[in-house]
Amino acid sequence: MTKTTMSRRGVLKTGAIAGAGLALPTYLSAASHAGFTNAPQGDTVTLGFNVPQSGPYADEGADELRAYELAVEHLNGEGDGGMLNTFSSKALEGNGILGKKVEYVTGDTQTKSDAARASAKSMIEKDGAVMITGGSSSGVAIAVQGLCQEAGVIFMAGLTHSNDTTGKDKKANGFRHFFNGYMSGAALAPVLESQYGSDRKAYHLTADYTWGWTQQESIAAATEALGWETVNNVLTPLAQTDFSSYIAPVLNSGADVLVLNHYGGNMVNSLTNAVQFGLREKMIDGKQFEIVVPLFSRLMARGAGENIKGILGSTNWHWSLQDEGSKAFVQSFGTKYGFPPSQAAHTCYVQTLLYADAVARAGSFNPCAVVEALEGFEFDGLGNGPTLYRAEDHQCFKDVLVVRGKENPTSEFDLLEVVEVTPRAQVEYAPDHPMFAGGTLGECNPGA
Amino acid sequence: MDAIILQILNGLDKGSAYALIALGLTLIFGTLGVVNFAHGALFMIGAFCSVTLAKLLNLSFETVDPTQKDFLGNPLKVKTPYIESWFGPEVGATIIDWSVPLAILFAIPIMLVVGYVMERGLIKHFYKRPHADQILVTFGLAIVLQEIIKFYFGANPIQTPAPDALSGVASVGGAVGLNIAYPIWRLCYIAFSLLLIGGAFAFLQFTTFGMVVRAGMADRETVQLLGIDIDRRFTIMFGLAAAIAGLAGVMYGPINAPNYHMGMDFLVLSFVVVVVGGMGSLPGAVLAGFLLGILEAFASTTWATTTIPGINQIIIYLVAIIVLLTRPRGLMGKKGVMED
Repeated sequence: MTKTTMSRRGVLKTGAIAGAGLALPTYLSAASHAGFTNAPQGDTVTLGFNVPQSGPYADEGADELRAYELAVEHLNGEGDGGMLNTFSSKALEGNGILGKKVEYVTGDTQTKSDAARASAKSMIEKDGAVMITGGSSSGVAIAVQGLCQEAGVIFMAGLTHSNDTTGKDKKANGFRHFFNGYMSGAALAPVLESQYGSDRKAYHLTADYTWGWTQQESIAAATEALGWETVNNVLTPLAQTDFSSYIAPVLNSGADVLVLNHYGGNMVNSLTNAVQFGLREKMIDGKQFEIVVPLFSRLMARGAGENIKGILGSTNWHWSLQDEGSKAFVQSFGTKYGFPPSQAAHTCYVQTLLYADAVARAGSFNPCAVVEALEGFEFDGLGNGPTLYRAEDHQCFKDVLVVRGKENPTSEFDLLEVVEVTPRAQVEYAPDHPMFAGGTLGECNPGA
Repeated sequence: MDAIILQILNGLDKGSAYALIALGLTLIFGTLGVVNFAHGALFMIGAFCSVTLAKLLNLSFETVDPTQKDFLGNPLKVKTPYIESWFGPEVGATIIDWSVPLAILFAIPIMLVVGYVMERGLIKHFYKRPHADQILVTFGLAIVLQEIIKFYFGANPIQTPAPDALSGVASVGGAVGLNIAYPIWRLCYIAFSLLLIGGAFAFLQFTTFGMVVRAGMADRETVQLLGIDIDRRFTIMFGLAAAIAGLAGVMYGPINAPNYHMGMDFLVLSFVVVVVGGMGSLPGAVLAGFLLGILEAFASTTWATTTIPGINQIIIYLVAIIVLLTRPRGLMGKKGVMED
């Protein structure tokens, strides 16, 4: 009887070499045939939805996820088709993307840059996602956009409003449909002038991160152009919950407008505190004191309750819009979930459709082909009127809504009223505008 | 002058919350010897008691109003709270309006039970374990409680407004020539916490139960040798500490809308308060709570933040370091607490 002796180490070594040898041809063949990261194999394609499922923006993340599920249904030819029926491009046929059924994986950004990068990385490397989309914070969007650029997949940003996302931190593989701080300023300024006059003193409270900084800069520039004076700008930590110590100095500053460059829980708390301190009843030199919240969201408005009434702000989209695209989307979303979609849901749904359409028009999932198809793409029927995906910075240009907290809501969803639909021409800017300067798109990266 | 008084008031009202939480922490630490990291979660649960009561009071039935349309163009379903149909629209609306003060009554039994269950069900098993184990298990518990609340109530803050009658601003100091407008509810909060703190001290000082508890805090073994079941009393104290934290949370709701992580926001600072006040010292906890609240308010003024950027973020920790360097047992700490 012979006895074969093999050490544990030996088995492991042989196994590893054999494994690597077997894996190598597949790796090489995938790369050499497709030439880009995560080329879809078989009859399905995987998209990665990276949304905050925990942390302070979890509710927005949940709404984004609902929108993505709806978009996947519509792309696969299920449901009523939603905005596919109103979209000006007819490249999508309701049979998936390029005939491949759309599947998806989800990740949790936790609204933390490192967690968001980790979940995006996992979806790209483990699940084979060919596109990453979602998010509810500019810090996260910029971090994930950078990762997707390196990995060679497309990033379709979710809710991100910082100028930097398509400004100094723009990337060739990244695209933003949502509007930005500059656009909020440009849209709000004329309304602020007509409502509050051109002789005002503004006091800014600003969330201390990329989004807050760029929005403050944008709003200050737009209002100073009207003749307003910026009395002060105080940066507040993102983790702040009680703003009373920040509100109290406003009372003695001589300012007659308070601009809250806050979002999410920050906004709910700072606005509530400002109202508690009686700012809205105050008269300064014969002028009524006013509060402005430049970036509004209906989900946030719900958190702020009564305090939001009469307050002006801007938003990317609102469910009460009466164009055919918006109506189709609200109908489809409302029937499935029982309540109207948020602006976060809208932008995420639209981004998914735009990506799928670009792939269909390009005839390829190759990121560079998709980039080419999206750059300079003009479309309509997705809820904001005629829209352009500008080639120079991958930012969408479309109408912006100026809204006000409704005085007499008729339902729990009816919190904002549209004051003005600011036409696209009024919110456009040159690609080399100083607020967006400092970065370059670079070359598209197909990865692999 | 006005600005200074305004910041003192701001400090007092932040300090009230710190003092109430720190008081409960110290009570638990002094009686049971447990460092309870789940105490912030009790504060948060208290706030959510008032959210729950508001939801219960707003339970509604639906009637279809064919004259109005909902967002999909279907006939609008109008919701009427049961309470308004039982007591008439006016009385019903008043009850709903006063839901936060009513939540005080609602929260007391709930918090006592939560405290009792927490102590008997989990923390009891960790008395003989090292402090590190106690900290880990209570911290874990805090995260679990927080996630449960998030599951049921969502991640966004939920408004619990003060009654209309108490939600305006009051003019403070008019008699002495000052003109300060301060929110009425925040004044109520300061008054309420002073009452609660006074009540807790009176209970410990002037009742037989309180006397036994104080004796137990001083020398547990001797009290037990006298045939007194001190453990049962300490469990009740845990429930009481939970109730104090819970009530602090209920009343805090109208100041800042409750959300699931509000407990964590307060917890770390409250521990600093306890340490600065002196481990195991009840008056120390209260004093340090108000002192640090006021310091934090002044550090957040524009003058302070422009002179030393970021001072508002670190002031409390800075003071803690200085106090611990100069008075290692805290402001009013006694010898022999947490020292072997």
